[in-house]
Amino acid sequence: MTQDTLTKGVSLPVRGGPLTRLLMADAAGRRLVMALMALSVVVPFCNLVFPEGSIFHVSTYTMTLLGKYLCYALLAVAVDLIWGYCGILSLGHGAFFALGGYAMGMYLMRQIGDRGVYANPELPDFMVFLNWTELPWYWMGFDQFWFAMVMVLAAPGILAFVFGALAFRSRVTGVYLSIITQALTYALLLAFFRNDMGFGGNNGLTDFKDILGFDLQQDSTRAALFFASGIALILGYLISRWIVTSKLGRVLVAIRDSEARARFLGYRVEWYQLFVFVVSAMLAGVAGALYVPQVGIINPGEFAPINSIEIIIWVAVGGRGSLYGAVIGAVLVNYAKTYFTGAFAELWLFMLGGLFVLTTLYLPKGVVGLWAQMKEKFVTPGGPGSSSDSISQNQDKRQDDNDTGTNKAEGSV
Amino acid sequence: MSLAKPKHIEQPTVLYMDGVSVSFDGFKALNSLSLFIEPGEMRAIIGPNGAGKTTMMDVITGKTRPDTGTILFNDEFDLTRYDEAQVANMGVGRKFQKPSVIESLTVFENLEMSLKGGRSVWAALTHKLTAEKRDKIDEIIGMIDLKERLHEEAGSLSHGQKQWLEIGMLLGQEPELLLIDEPAAGMTDEETMKTAELFKQLAKKHSLMVVEHDMDFIEALDCRVTVLNEGSVLAEGSLQNVKNNQHVIDVYLGR
Repeated sequence: MTQDTLTKGVSLPVRGGPLTRLLMADAAGRRLVMALMALSVVVPFCNLVFPEGSIFHVSTYTMTLLGKYLCYALLAVAVDLIWGYCGILSLGHGAFFALGGYAMGMYLMRQIGDRGVYANPELPDFMVFLNWTELPWYWMGFDQFWFAMVMVLAAPGILAFVFGALAFRSRVTGVYLSIITQALTYALLLAFFRNDMGFGGNNGLTDFKDILGFDLQQDSTRAALFFASGIALILGYLISRWIVTSKLGRVLVAIRDSEARARFLGYRVEWYQLFVFVVSAMLAGVAGALYVPQVGIINPGEFAPINSIEIIIWVAVGGRGSLYGAVIGAVLVNYAKTYFTGAFAELWLFMLGGLFVLTTLYLPKGVVGLWAQMKEKFVTPGGPGSSSDSISQNQDKRQDDNDTGTNKAEGSV
Repeated sequence: MSLAKPKHIEQPTVLYMDGVSVSFDGFKALNSLSLFIEPGEMRAIIGPNGAGKTTMMDVITGKTRPDTGTILFNDEFDLTRYDEAQVANMGVGRKFQKPSVIESLTVFENLEMSLKGGRSVWAALTHKLTAEKRDKIDEIIGMIDLKERLHEEAGSLSHGQKQWLEIGMLLGQEPELLLIDEPAAGMTDEETMKTAELFKQLAKKHSLMVVEHDMDFIEALDCRVTVLNEGSVLAEGSLQNVKNNQHVIDVYLGR
């Protein structure tokens, strides 16, 4: 990724490592990755180096807020990977985010040790409160950071694998899949609310003290978490980009556009769906794991169906099927949320709904498609030009291109 | 003209169907259908709407399980036991009635995806475009006449070009048996004749089963014709022979 290769034409065969090749044909992604790298360094730097009161100082509050946005952005990338490229509209991705968050939360709980209210070195406070005498088996190992990190990937990954294997092998797609993913996250919401589950019930896991021995209240720890979130987002983006630019990505698009065609070409559609669904769930889990130490709590509310629907709105607003659009959408919508829930809290949900309707009606390609849309409108003489015609034709064709029964048009809500 | 049921066929067959029946909610879409296709043979299938032509393709390609009957591929594989992807990978290619190419991929990418082999997830992730594959795509692109549109989205092609691209994708799969559903639908006369020429060329290396309504097209194919009606074979023979068959005139041609 040297300056030299960046300025060369895209069509030339590219020398250099896989990373260079990955980013060469992806101008927007290149800009995104650079911006994120800069952000990951500059924000912690400004927080730690400049004293409060300096115009260059970034407050810890702002840094944590931005860190949250980065986690949401990673979650949005995960959703765009399956929805934008494979047409799997998951309305339950918040569940994978929450599971990753719980895995991290369990580690942080064990880190508290005997500094809890009840000063029990082994059991978290809520277990002592419930008169439990020993740690449930599924809490074993979470005192080890590495184990918790494995579980951050494994818990969402295994759930996605089992759920996906059942759904995709039975060829459940489209709206039906969306509905059962909602049911999945709702079922988990109810389960995690129960005290007997051993995850802190209604209150969830909180009062964390430190991570890897570093105090979570320290600015430096916060800065490190922010940095880690930025890096995770970059890596998540690159992994997703690698997948969608490979032949596998084109198979995913084939499945999205015409599932039957993909099958009759000899591709086992369910394996592809399963693969990308599991990868996406793991990315969501990582996002959740980075989110929890920054906000300081994880509770069953994260499983709420509305959360998962919000993710879809981020992706739709940003621009479905571009990955970097998902990042932009997540940041934009969440910034708006932060602002408006402060200004007029009770109106926010209506605004969010309105935003989604407007996006669907007027910005089919989201914010990132706005530029192309404007150009088409104003540059092409005589209003809707030939190219816009071909786009709408495409969509019409896609609606009816299946004489084989499996209609794939429902991916687009 | 009665048709002897080929219970035991001496010569090798690419496709052998015997007594295949499928019913949907009591409606018999296929009613003890029997037919066989020899290696390198081209066969045209005609019949009125609802005769079971598409259902027949569905049972061959693993989309629909027949209630009863045998379907053998290359005298060896019982196709009723496999799903669509497995049947496709054995060497049965299928073209749908409406052109179903991947609209948001380019012509090149469509063809690249169709090339034989590399169907596993891992193979797809690590796929590299070799010179050999490039040559194969070049060869196909020459046959289907889409050289100038190679890097355009398939969605921008005309109807006839999409049909051709889909045929090209079938060729990429290198199937032994091609099942082709109404290829000439929506084509100009000139395109229709070009398609017929192409199929005759293909028949040298592959076996083809072509479902079609266009009688001129079938005449141009100049091959054996099977007439389906109400889920079974009504008549079989040369086009001339079939055209003069009173049953066929009654149920299909005469109307």
